Amino acid sequence: MSVDVSKVATTNGTQPATGAKGPKAAGAIANWADERLGLGTAMKKNLRKVFPDHWSFMLGEIALWSFVVLLLTGVFLTLWFDPSMTEIQYDGSYDPLRGVHMSSAMASTLEISFDVRGGLLMRQMHHWAAMIFIASMMIHMMRVYFTGAFRKPRELNWVIGCLLLLLGTIEGFTGYSLPDDLLSGTGVRAADGFMKASPVVGTYMSFFLFGGEFPGDSIIPRFYAMHILLIPAILLALVAAHMLLLVYHKHTQWPGPGRTEENVVGYPMLPVYAAKAGGFFFIVFGVITLLGGLFSLNAVWKYGPYDPSKVTAGSQPDWYMGWPDGLLRIIPPWETHIWGVTFSWNVIIPILVMPPLMLMVLMALPFIESWVTGDKREHHLLQRPRNAPTRTAIMVALMTFYGLSWAAGGNDIIAIKMDLSINQITYFLRAAVFIGPVIAYIVTKRWCISLQRHDEEKLLHGYESGVLVRSPEGGYAEKHLPLPEGKAYTLTARDDDPKPETVDEVEASGLQGRKLRIRKLRARLQAAFFADNVQKPTAEELHEAQHHAEHELHELESQIAAGPNRHGPSEDH
Amino acid sequence: MSDAHTPDEHGGELATVGPIADPGLPEHQWRPTDVDPASEKRAERQVAALFGLSAVCVILFLVAYFTLDIGDNWHVIGGFGASNMALGASLGFALLFIGVGIIHWARKLMGDHEMVEMRHSARSTDEDREVTLKALDDGIAESGIGRRPLIRNSLLGALGLVGIAPVVMLRDLGPLPGKKLYSTIWGEGTPDRPMRIVRDGIWTPILASDLEIGDLVNCQPDALFNPERYDIDPTEVEGVNLQIHKSKASLILLRMKPEDIKPGKDANGNSRENWDVNGIVAYSKICTHVGCPISLNERTTHHLLCPCHQSTFDLADSGKVVFGPAGRPLPQLPITVDAEGYLVAQSDFDEPVGPSFWERDYYER
Repeated sequence: MSVDVSKVATTNGTQPATGAKGPKAAGAIANWADERLGLGTAMKKNLRKVFPDHWSFMLGEIALWSFVVLLLTGVFLTLWFDPSMTEIQYDGSYDPLRGVHMSSAMASTLEISFDVRGGLLMRQMHHWAAMIFIASMMIHMMRVYFTGAFRKPRELNWVIGCLLLLLGTIEGFTGYSLPDDLLSGTGVRAADGFMKASPVVGTYMSFFLFGGEFPGDSIIPRFYAMHILLIPAILLALVAAHMLLLVYHKHTQWPGPGRTEENVVGYPMLPVYAAKAGGFFFIVFGVITLLGGLFSLNAVWKYGPYDPSKVTAGSQPDWYMGWPDGLLRIIPPWETHIWGVTFSWNVIIPILVMPPLMLMVLMALPFIESWVTGDKREHHLLQRPRNAPTRTAIMVALMTFYGLSWAAGGNDIIAIKMDLSINQITYFLRAAVFIGPVIAYIVTKRWCISLQRHDEEKLLHGYESGVLVRSPEGGYAEKHLPLPEGKAYTLTARDDDPKPETVDEVEASGLQGRKLRIRKLRARLQAAFFADNVQKPTAEELHEAQHHAEHELHELESQIAAGPNRHGPSEDH
Repeated sequence: MSDAHTPDEHGGELATVGPIADPGLPEHQWRPTDVDPASEKRAERQVAALFGLSAVCVILFLVAYFTLDIGDNWHVIGGFGASNMALGASLGFALLFIGVGIIHWARKLMGDHEMVEMRHSARSTDEDREVTLKALDDGIAESGIGRRPLIRNSLLGALGLVGIAPVVMLRDLGPLPGKKLYSTIWGEGTPDRPMRIVRDGIWTPILASDLEIGDLVNCQPDALFNPERYDIDPTEVEGVNLQIHKSKASLILLRMKPEDIKPGKDANGNSRENWDVNGIVAYSKICTHVGCPISLNERTTHHLLCPCHQSTFDLADSGKVVFGPAGRPLPQLPITVDAEGYLVAQSDFDEPVGPSFWERDYYER
């Protein structure tokens, strides 16, 4: 592109086009601050710190900004919310509940919704932001996993991210329990059932948390302390640690021309990245505000105050609690009474075992992968999901399990909306949560390998140009053209998989006993991990293929040129 | 640097790259706003206009805040509330316009030269490590903690014991469970004044003849409304105590054809044949899975479905679980009629109601 650069506009110069006002005053302030804070040294590198650009890097930002919205709207709500279970008679603006006895928590929630201007907006924004917070953390986590961004040196940041997801979920549960309405009370009652099912200490946990028998009058104030103080403080500290590590490691980037393991290419924090990130904060904030204004959720006034003898049909927790609730629905009625004690497997497995297990599996994934692959190198270039087929397949299998469990959490809604038998749905899902992930694993792995083969084909034989040519004999062929250099480079800028150790090699290594067995297991896992992956072509293969393609194309074209009739079917052959 | 493994300076190895030589960063492309003063001016006006629109939205927000009613007018505009909708829309767009304006500014007018920064390994340099280790060793050596095991061990012991204090202080979070989960207020009736079954909400006693076949009634013990009648202190059934009693004592009455009932066995192995009154059976409303109140009745089959996790119980067959995750039948309350013909409980439930717990089978009843 030829451009007359002399015409470049004024704003992009390093000198301001017009003299800014008061550089002296700004300089004096900067000097004052630097003499006390040493900002000059601290900011030397950071003001122009480079951040690479890609749409998927925005997902974590959504989580960060929705957390900020949660803090802001949450503070507003605390100004009116009364976390007390003292029973009062409601006499606020909402007519259908006037005169009804309820807890102060519920009454103040109604006050925020109906008697404080903008209160309902803030309540709904807080709830929407919570759901978006957790959703964006999960999607961000998938992005990090599928692109291999969790690899060394970022494993600990992955673990911190997992803890953030856990804390966000607990924060969400304690938060939506606070209004003390019928739906949230039903959730708390279920939580009481979960605690009571815990072996040995169950009833003690329940009595201590509730300050006596369920529901007591302590749970809302206690949840409140956790919700506005304890958990947010830990969340904030972990978010800070997450960000600091991000700055220290520098962001990962996609491979491409000029982008290597040793550098990071992108825009400087000041001004472009700061503007984009800052502007994006306002966009996230604005979208949440629109959701809060236009889309009603958790209409607690319709459910009414909590009453342990009542329940509404279609009771469900917030979406992120849906998958354990789904497992709770499809678990068979297993309960063991032995030696005078009770094991409620129908609660222990879906609630006390599965969610912690899922979290531990997630946290362990980076360490398991690096142990299996033996890869201890630092990685700063991202991988496409297809280039790590087993890794991708593992997560898709986990996602399938999650998705099916989540669907089970809505089995009653599915049954009603789709006019199906709830019993059949439940029986189906009992099997599907086991079979589904296996199918997903196999399909994903093969799919990734097909995509790898497609990439290889493009590299070796060029891309499909869409131009069909016909030979004098009547054969048709599509003209393939070589990939542009930048694209070809990007496709090949990836690691070759290491050659897995064979079991024979391990046996020959002279190891004994347990160590030998572990090494053999690792060798087998490694072989399975890399099995059937397509390696990128070597320079010679590429050269040969290009040469061949050029030759073929040339031949085809010369045949066509020599043919009797270039514009129509040949008549006299 | 394309083909070879590039050892990084600390012995670790950075990943390899491909068979094609890195063509290097593509040439910078000038944007229309960089080279065309007219389009630069246009972009500048667009950004300012977005910020201006944001200001307009804030004014709309203020107008909505001070003019639109809240309170009982919440249902104006499709049930969303005029105030809430107007505040949300105006504030939302005010924020969005600022965000879009800033990003437009960044994309069109701010410098768009990509910069390259070199990475460093996360690991410290060998020199730094050495210095740090030396400092650590010196510090530890000077403290003498390695040479004075008596101090070290007594400190560890003291710290461990101090940790007990905050744990112990959690003791008063709540009372011990004791036998509280084993009984309900249904057991507070006496042979002279058995506990009446009353309709939940309106608290009226129920004559056996009030119920048709197939009727389901949600019930509570009379003591919650008439504590004096059973010599119970009224504060025992107020506020939080009322909620606690309801969470265990909530009851379901269902009338079916007497011949449909298959009487089961009670906890002591005796038949439950006298537990119903002319086909009226009473069961705990609290699910044995995690404790939701059960409410969905299928009239033709006498099946009762829990709306939380869909456990289904057959009330004609001792509350047996016919579907879903619940592990135990619903507890049945033996009922009869008192001198005035009202339905009453013969006794308390013969097992703990609600979700299972570890020591559930512990106490003999």
